[in-house]
Amino acid sequence: MAYVTKSPWVVHYDGSSCNGCDIEVLACLMPMYDVERFGIINTGNPKHADVFLVTGSVNEQNKDVVRQIYEQMPEPKVVVAVGICACHGGVFRDAYNILGGVDTVIPVDCYVPGCAARPEAIIDGVVKGLGILQAKREAMVNGAKAIPAEEEAPAEEAPAEEAAAPAEETAEEIKEEGGEA
Amino acid sequence: MGKKTIIPFGPQHPVLPEPIHLDLVVEDETVVEAIPSIGYIHRGLEKLVEKKDYNQMVYVVERICGICSFGHGWGACLAIEGAMNVEIPERAEYLRTILHELGRIHSHLLWLGLMADGFGFESLFNHCWRVRETVLDLFEKNTGGRVVFSICKVGGMRQDISDENLKEMVEVLNGIKKEIKSLTDVFINDTSVKNRMVGVGVLTKEEAEELCAVGPTVRGSGVAQDLRLTDTHGVYGKLGFEPIVEEAGDCMARTKVRIREVFQSIELIEKAVSMIPEGPVAVNVKGNVEDGAEYMVRLEQPRGEAFYYARGAGSKFLKRMRVRTPTNMNIPALVKTLQGCDLADVPILVLTIDPCISCTER
Repeated sequence: MAYVTKSPWVVHYDGSSCNGCDIEVLACLMPMYDVERFGIINTGNPKHADVFLVTGSVNEQNKDVVRQIYEQMPEPKVVVAVGICACHGGVFRDAYNILGGVDTVIPVDCYVPGCAARPEAIIDGVVKGLGILQAKREAMVNGAKAIPAEEEAPAEEAPAEEAAAPAEETAEEIKEEGGEA
Repeated sequence: MGKKTIIPFGPQHPVLPEPIHLDLVVEDETVVEAIPSIGYIHRGLEKLVEKKDYNQMVYVVERICGICSFGHGWGACLAIEGAMNVEIPERAEYLRTILHELGRIHSHLLWLGLMADGFGFESLFNHCWRVRETVLDLFEKNTGGRVVFSICKVGGMRQDISDENLKEMVEVLNGIKKEIKSLTDVFINDTSVKNRMVGVGVLTKEEAEELCAVGPTVRGSGVAQDLRLTDTHGVYGKLGFEPIVEEAGDCMARTKVRIREVFQSIELIEKAVSMIPEGPVAVNVKGNVEDGAEYMVRLEQPRGEAFYYARGAGSKFLKRMRVRTPTNMNIPALVKTLQGCDLADVPILVLTIDPCISCTER
C-alpha cells in the first residue's frame, strides 16, 4: 500500500440494496475492522470523495441518483460495486424493476461479490480500487488520455493483496473461515 | 414568520444509509410539512413468485432486508408451512425463537449506534457497533452468515445448533450485558443526549393508535402491543414475559423501549435455551402448495408488526406472496411528528421510528 500517499475518502450510496451490504460497509469503519486508521473516511459529500461504494442492483428510480453522484465526484475516481446485487443483480436479477448491476449505469472498476459482502472482502476491493485510483492519477498527471486499466490492474493486484493481509490482523482468523466456507 | 421554503432531504443523505426523499417545507427553522417520496429501493420481489418456487422464495423474502433477515425468512416459512399444513418439530420452533431474539439484539444495537450518529455522538456510535460485532460472531458461528443466514427453510431448520453452542451463546450474551449497560446508561443519563431527545417528537397514545403505528414506536407511546404475546408463532407463549411500554411518547421513550428490549431478549434467549427439547429440527416437505390454499401470519420484528401471506397455485410456484413491513406502518407517525419540529431535529425524528426503507419498498 506504499502507493497510497493521500487519505482516500469514500462516499457510499444504496442503489436498491437490501441493507445487508450497507451495514457491512459501515462495519468496515467500526472498531472491529477500523479502516479509518488508514485515513479512509466515509463522507456524505460526493465532491469530497475519491472512491464510490455502490451497493444493490439499481432500479429505474435510482439510476439517475447513482449517475448524479458519480458525475459530482472529481477526477480521478474509482467505483467499487459491493455485493452480488451490485455486480450483476443477484437474487433480484429477474425482478421487473431492476436494471441488473451498477455497471449498467456507470463504469465500475472493482467488483466485490458476496451476499452480503463480508467486510474483509470490501476492504480488499477498496484496496484494489486504490491501486486503480493511483494509476488514474498518474495518467492524469502525465497527460495520458486513455487509462490502461486492464494492464495496470493485475500489476497492482499482487501487492494490494499482500498489503491487505497485515491490515486485517484482528480479522485474519475470520477471513480464513470465510475462505473455506 | 418568514416565507415558506422547501428543503430537500435525501435521497443521498449522510444520516441514513438508505435512500428516502423528504420535501421539508420550512418556515424559518420550523418544519411545517414533510412530504415523503419513496421508490428508490423498489425491486418488485412479490412478483418474483412467478419465477422462483416456494423454497427459493424463502431466500428472496429473506433478502427484503439485511437487518431483520431472519425474521423475514421465518415469516415466509410460516406462511408457506401454514398453506401446506406442515407441522414443524418443537426444537426447530425453539431455535427459530432464539435466533429471532438474537436478531432483535443485533438490530437494536445497530439502531442505537445510528441514533448516536444521528445526534453527532461518534464515539458512542462506534462503541454500539463494536458490541454488536460480538452478536454477529455468534450468528456466524451458529448459522454461517453475518447478516443473511438462510438457515430457516420450509419444514424447519437447515441445521441444528448444538447444546454446547447454545450454552456458549448465553454465556457470551451475559458477558456483554455489562458493556451494553454502560452504553445505554449514556443514552439515558447523559445531559447532551437528553437535551436532544427528551420531549422531542412527541406522539401521544391517541395519535399512535389512530395512525396505526407498530412496534417500539407504539410501545413508546404507552400502548402495550406486542405480537409475540398475542400471536402463536414461536414458543413465546411458554417463555412468559411482559411487553415493554414507556409512557412519554417522545424520542427518549422510544429509545428506552429498545434499550429494555435488548435486555429482555437476552433473558428470553436464556430461558429458551434452558427449556429447549431434544429431537429433530426439520421434517421433509414434498409436493406442491394446493391451489387456493392460503395462510396469513403476523410476526413481531425488531421494528414492529410484519405481515406475510401465501397463496398456492397447485404447482411448486406460489400464486401470491404478500409482505407488509413495520416501517410502512410507521411512516404516517413519522410525518405527524415531523410537523412543527425544528429542522435540526429531522434526522433524529427520521431515525427514531427505526426506518428500514428496503423493507418498506421491497
